[in-house]
This record gives sequence, structure tokens and C-alpha cells, in this order.
Amino acid sequence: MPVMRYREALNQSLREEMEADERVFIMGEDIGVFQGAFKVTAGLLEQFGDRRVRDTPISENTIVGVGVGGAMAGLRPIVELMTINFSLLALDQIINHAAAIHYMFGGQVKVPLVVRMPQGAGHQLGPTHSHCLEAMYLHVPGLLVAVPSTAADAKGLLKAAIQDDNPVIFIEHEYLYGQRGEVPENGGPMRFGEAAVRREGSDVTVVGISRMAITAERAAEQLSHEHELEAEVIDPRTLRPLDLDTILDSVKKTNRAVIVEEGWPHGGVGANLAALIQEQAFDYLDAPVARVTGADVPMPYSKPLEQAAFPHEEHVIQACLSLFKDL
Amino acid sequence: MAREAAVSREKSAGNGAGDGAQRQHSLPDKDTCQAVLSKMMLIRRFEERAGEMYAKAKIGGFLHLCIGEEATVVGSTQAMRDSDYLLSTYREHGQAIARGTHPNAVMAELFGRVDGCSNGRGGSMHLFDIERRFLGGYGIVGGSLPLSAGVALACDYQGTDDAVVCMFGDGATNQGTFGESMNMAALWKLPVVFMVINNQFGMGTALERHSAVTDLSKKAEGYGVPGSRCDGMDVLDVHSATTEALRKAREDREPQLLEAVTYRFRGHSMADPEEYRTKDEVEEWRRRDPIASFSKRLAEEGVFSEEDIEKLDQKAVSTVDEAVQFADNSPFPELDSLYDDLYVLGEQVKSRGWWSVDERSPEPHRGEEEREAGRLPHELAEAGAAYAGVGEAQERKRRQRQAADDDEPAADPRDVEGGGD
Repeated sequence: MPVMRYREALNQSLREEMEADERVFIMGEDIGVFQGAFKVTAGLLEQFGDRRVRDTPISENTIVGVGVGGAMAGLRPIVELMTINFSLLALDQIINHAAAIHYMFGGQVKVPLVVRMPQGAGHQLGPTHSHCLEAMYLHVPGLLVAVPSTAADAKGLLKAAIQDDNPVIFIEHEYLYGQRGEVPENGGPMRFGEAAVRREGSDVTVVGISRMAITAERAAEQLSHEHELEAEVIDPRTLRPLDLDTILDSVKKTNRAVIVEEGWPHGGVGANLAALIQEQAFDYLDAPVARVTGADVPMPYSKPLEQAAFPHEEHVIQACLSLFKDL
Repeated sequence: MAREAAVSREKSAGNGAGDGAQRQHSLPDKDTCQAVLSKMMLIRRFEERAGEMYAKAKIGGFLHLCIGEEATVVGSTQAMRDSDYLLSTYREHGQAIARGTHPNAVMAELFGRVDGCSNGRGGSMHLFDIERRFLGGYGIVGGSLPLSAGVALACDYQGTDDAVVCMFGDGATNQGTFGESMNMAALWKLPVVFMVINNQFGMGTALERHSAVTDLSKKAEGYGVPGSRCDGMDVLDVHSATTEALRKAREDREPQLLEAVTYRFRGHSMADPEEYRTKDEVEEWRRRDPIASFSKRLAEEGVFSEEDIEKLDQKAVSTVDEAVQFADNSPFPELDSLYDDLYVLGEQVKSRGWWSVDERSPEPHRGEEEREAGRLPHELAEAGAAYAGVGEAQERKRRQRQAADDDEPAADPRDVEGGGD
């Protein structure tokens, strides 16, 4: 199987979908001549021309709105926003418009739009470029939300997102762009709502979101080597729809759950999942559901502070061990 | 002071208010005159009746009427082709009707009924009719400007010569999306006419109090979108100006900003005490009533007799009567349709329901044992020590209720039901 970087997998996915469907086009800030702030769109302008690869002014709300309008009138736009923090300028178009339009107009029109953007800390970009806001989009009915953590998922889920008729919030991760992974040749779209069990284990279920799926997997290896605990690591891959069954099946087997996310704790993905797990599998739990989250602060710039503000393997290990401390 | 403001606003209409201005345009043929007048009358009567229905609580939420703005609505939409798209604001009953949406479907939507043009999902502010390419009323001020640019991009991308008319109020020219959309439309040469319906107020804030530049037609020049202005009380002037703006947008690929200077005779919504303007100011504008002045001219030039005009108005009234009856007879949407059309079903969303916790389990699931044990306290106690406390509490509540029932009937049924089985 070919090995490629996450950003290359995304690029390949965009290329293949644009080749397959004339209605698909991409627009965003500096995606054409500059080839993308993170080079995901490298080479697309050359291949498809400026009708289908459109550099935009810096006007996030209107870029997304133009995407929504284009989608309503028969196109399949892909919008790239430079970071998830910038998508906050476009919340009106995403929540009041993209997510609501199919529903509020009684199903007369659909919005096949993909909004792609990276999130995440680790590059010292400070409090306006580094956050993880997937929980905010998870909150909104009418959106689909993908959080791929591997190159293969990035490619397959992006294909599915482009081919689907619903508005999709497609959340990439700045750290992951450079990570390599195997990607199936001639792979098609993947299914949303199918979690991946990254590692099997019988002692504790660890759910990792976005980059934290990778962190969780590394933590699980250490738990096995150093503490003889076998963690089952689950990457939900999409948050809307959410494959809750795979998570519940695992919890019913391990009787313990830890949720790891990079975003803020209050109203986070973990808060939501903890509620779902206790509602649906209360009897099976031998310990409270634990969460490992980013610190409850705007992301600081200084390197040691930044590193302290998002979860690492040791935080996951501590959380897992804490569930066994009474044994 | 307010009086002076009114006069200066009137002057700012530029092409001189009143009957004199209407003489600038010769009348179209009789059929067109009839169509235009009938549409304006229908919208007026529809809005008046909607106001009455709101007072009778048949209509919920907010209700924004366009009485006074009929010439702007009808004059502009008459200049559009059937294949052109229209996007509007939350004051859009008139736009939907002018584009051909049946008044029955509009009234049913205001009533929240299943036969409404948005199936009762949108209400007064969110009318929609895909068949007539009326792509919506929108409740967010300035929200539809980017959408309109996007629809225009689709027209261009698909190689059609369809164009888009995007209507919004004077208040929307202060939103960020105004500048952003103008710039992008001009940059990409999109076939769109941005039409600002200047009814003199952003809700209750007068134009000169909300916009530093009060000549709104100039407000997009810096973004590369040329502007022009028309008399929004004169249906022929609006028609002529929109025709020209659409031509430039469609043929020259040059987006346009067209300002229609008009006035909202009623309040912003039904809940508006109108303390921000004087009765004299309203009266001043009412003298230029777009329907009365067009009717007067038609009678003067011998196109229609007074009786003809009265008959047209009667027809409008009976159409609206029928719409009210239709809306009243239309059922409310079924409750189990609540989740319909949240998502387009397909590869990624195969059936309704997966996204919702309450679809999975209407009540929080407390465990297999409890389900099997049922609700009786002694069975709960048997199910395990963990539940003993719960069972005791329930039993205690049950006894309390029993005691209360024996003494006297509970005044509030919730006192009993709230006890929690």
C-alpha cells in the first residue's frame, strides 16, 4: 500500500473528486497561486485553472456564504479556511445558513458544501490560530462533522464529504499534515459514522478525537509495556454522525472509559460522550468516565506553556491509571 | 426636527417625489398595467390581512409587513426573467407573491401549516419557493448577500445567462457582508443586482442615524460596484431602473447596486409602537402611496375606469379571503415530522434518527437490571443494593402523594405528576 503524508492524501482526494465531477470546485484564501497555507492544494491551480481553483479575498463569512449559495444553485463547492479560529468569522453562514437551509425551507433545496480547515496546537501560533473547536460544530444539527486522524481517513472521508449532499465541517489538524500513513490505492469514499478500533484491549476504553487518537494510541502502548494494562483505543473519525455503538460495545467489555480531546473541557466532546456513555451504559461502568482535555485557557504562545496546555501521552496514562486506583 | 428629517429624506430621493416623477415613464400596455396593479393590490391586501391574522393569534413570532413598498417589490420583480433568482430578507411576503408563489401557500406558511411554502418550518421570515427560483427570505440582516453572490457564481460557472436579484434593507448596508459581497461580486464579475430597499429605517433607527453615508447608491462604489437610484414609490421607475441594472449585470458581467427609495407605512414588526417617527412624517409619505398614485394615473389616462380599478381590488380581497380559508384548513405538520429534512438522506445519512440521543432512548437508560425490574420499589430493591436508596425514595414519595390525595385533591396536577414515577 502506498505511504503518503496526510496533506498529500487530502490533495489526492481533492484532485480525484475534481476530476470526477465538474461541479466540484475549491475556493479559499491563498489556495491557488500560493498553493495553500499548509500546501494541501498544491498543484491544483495548475491542473484545473482559476475557474475551479479560486483565490478569495480575506472575507471568511462571505467565502462560506458564497459556497452555500453556489451549493443551493447546483454546484458542489469546497471552501478552505486557513484555520478553525478563522471559521469563527463565518459562524453566521455556517450555523444560521448552511446548517439550517435544508430544514427551514422544508427540504426544497440542499447544501452540498464542504468547509475544510485545520485546527490544533503545537506550532506556537498563540491564542488566535491554535484552538480545537470541533465541539462547537458537533453542537449544530444539520452539519456533518469529520475529524480524520490518519492519511487514509483523510482521503476517504474527504471523498465522502465531497460526494455527500449535506454541509460537512471537515476538520484537519496542523500537526497531522506532515504525518505519514498507508493509503489504499484506488480507495473510494469511506462511511461517516464508523469508528475505527485502533488498538484492541480489555481493560479500559480510550476514545481519542482528531490528533488525540494518535496520542491515545501511543499512550496505550506505554500502558501495556509499563503498567500491564490493555487499553482499547477508539477513533470515532466522525462526530456527526457518531458511531456510539462501537464505543458502547467497548465500554461494556472494559467497564472503564477515558475520552481524550485537545479542545476545552466545558461543553466539550468528552462532556458529551461522558453523558452518552453514562446514559446508555451506566450499569457497565466500574469507575466514573474520565476526560483528558486541553487546558481551559486561550492557547499561550510560549513553548513550555503551550506544551502544558494540551494533552500528551502522560496525561492519558495518568487518567487511565486513576480509574484503577481503588483496586 | 423629525419633520425636517422627513423632508430632507424625501429630497434625498433625488428624482423629486410625487406624481410628477411618474410622468417620466410612459405607461406599458393595458395587460401589463393590469398585472402590475393587481399584484400591488394583492400584496397590500395580503399584508393587511396578515396583520389582522396576527392580531387574532393565527400567526406567531414576528410579522414584518411591506405596506408602502409594493411598487419597489413589483416593479423590480417584473423586470426579472422566470429563470432569474431572487433572494430577500425577512420582509418578503410581497416578494414571494410577486414571483408567483400562491398566496395560499404564503398564508399557510405564516399560519405554520403543512401546506405552507416552507412546510411550516420557516414562518414569515423564511419563505421559499424553489420552482419559482425564489431562494428565500432570511432572518439575519445581511445574511443573504453572500448567498446571492454564490448563486450568481453558480449561474456564471454553469455558463447560463441567468442573473440574481438580492434585496435587502438600508440597515443591511452596515453589515460586514455588504462590503465583502460587493468586493467579491465585482472581483469575479458576477451577474447580480444588489437592490437596497431604503425604507428609511433600520428597524427603529432612522437612516441618518445609522449610516454615515445616506446616499446608499454610493455605498458600494469603493468596492467596484456602481450604484444607481430609483423612486421606490413609482412602479414604472423601479421597473425601468431594475431592467437596466439587470442588463448590465447579465450582459456586461458588472454587478450593480440599485437603491429604491421608499417608505414603510407600518411599524418594523407588529410589536412596534413607532416612537421613532411622527405621524406627520408617515402622513407625508402616505400621500405618495404607490398603489393610489398608479391607480390615479391609470384612471386619468383612461386605461381603466374607477370601477375597473375597484373590481381589481375586490379580486385581490377575495384572493386573500381564499388564502386565509386555505391556511385555516391546512393541518399543522405531523409531530413525527420533526426530524424530517434535517439531513439529506444518502450514503452518509441513511435514515433519520441516528443523530439524536432521544431517538435512541427517550428516557435516560439506567441499566438492564432496572429495566427488567420494572418500576415497583420492591423489585428495584431486589435488583441490587445500588438501587435500594432509589426504591426507598420512590416509596416515600408515593406515600406522600397518597397522603396528599387522601386529604384533598391537588390544586395543580403537576404536584402529583411531578412527584416522579
